[in-house]
Amino acid sequence: MSDRDDAVQRLDTHDVGPGPQVAEEPVRDAILSCVIGFVLAVLLTVGSFYTLNTKAIWDPAIPVALAVLAVGQIGIHLVFFLHITTAPDNTNNVLALAFGVLIVALILGGSFWIMAHLDANMMPMDQLMRMQR
Amino acid sequence: MTTVDRFAPAAPFGRDHDPYKLGRRGDAGRGGGPAATGHGEGGPASKRVIVGYGFWIFLLSDIVMFACFFAAHAVLQTATAGGPSGRELFDPTRVAIETACLLTSSFTCGLSAVATRVRSLAWTQLALLVTALLGAAFLYFEIVEFVGLVGRGAGPERSAFLSSFFAVVGLHGLHVTAGLLWLWTMMAQVLVKGFRPNILRRLLCFNLFWHALDIIWVALFTIVYLIGEGR
Repeated sequence: MSDRDDAVQRLDTHDVGPGPQVAEEPVRDAILSCVIGFVLAVLLTVGSFYTLNTKAIWDPAIPVALAVLAVGQIGIHLVFFLHITTAPDNTNNVLALAFGVLIVALILGGSFWIMAHLDANMMPMDQLMRMQR
Repeated sequence: MTTVDRFAPAAPFGRDHDPYKLGRRGDAGRGGGPAATGHGEGGPASKRVIVGYGFWIFLLSDIVMFACFFAAHAVLQTATAGGPSGRELFDPTRVAIETACLLTSSFTCGLSAVATRVRSLAWTQLALLVTALLGAAFLYFEIVEFVGLVGRGAGPERSAFLSSFFAVVGLHGLHVTAGLLWLWTMMAQVLVKGFRPNILRRLLCFNLFWHALDIIWVALFTIVYLIGEGR
């Protein structure tokens, strides 16, 4: 790393990009953060696969439980692997993420909403075929 | 006593004693002093921050594209046109193995970033190699699954459900393939060029890309395989 980059990075305390940081965090802490993220992600994954086959959960609730576990795991990945935090120096990253989540929610929610209505209001297929003849 | 004095963080709360960066909240909105980058006289932020942020925007746009494929698949999940449904086709054991491969590769990728930070060539290459092997194993299982499905007459042309299934899972597979090619290239570049600033930035972007692939896979195995299994 060149001297100039080093000098600039020391001043970069008010904005950080996503991803592993170059800050003076001890190496042990960085490894520990990776391990904690990995262990939590494994637990949530095992939970997802367990939820699929368990009789402990009421059947219609299983998709909801799976969705909750998935959102939790995505959160774990964001915090421990991508290092998106709520610290003030992360405001830009979090705002970009929030915008991404908004668009994703609009696409998914909008598709379900519209397609469910279309499906419910569509003429039954056999009648449609008869009309085309 | 001026207002600035009263609201300024007290001296003992330096960065060492302030792991949650509470002491920095006070000046985050006020430009953080003239020396801070990206806030006035400090000049632009370092290239590392800008490159990381730009790549983050790209990843988010990639996730938006995946959301479209997910929406299509979720809407078409029951449109099997009399063909096989997810319950008959999917093998949860194989999905679990694929998930384990990708999750562990994400972990070793994170470790490679730590090795890069301490400028350890051997550990960086080793962690990247394990990441590549696990990624290749994931891809192998996925290809075996696709070949098996097409062999059983459950190819993408069978029903709208299977078309959207191959589209979304295949798109993720293509991303992993591109990531693997990038990974081999990065290993060669680290070997030949060493830890130059531009190589470090490329490693950072690769790290972000690989973790994002794992995030997409979490959504994918939940929506496509696990919830699809229940249909």
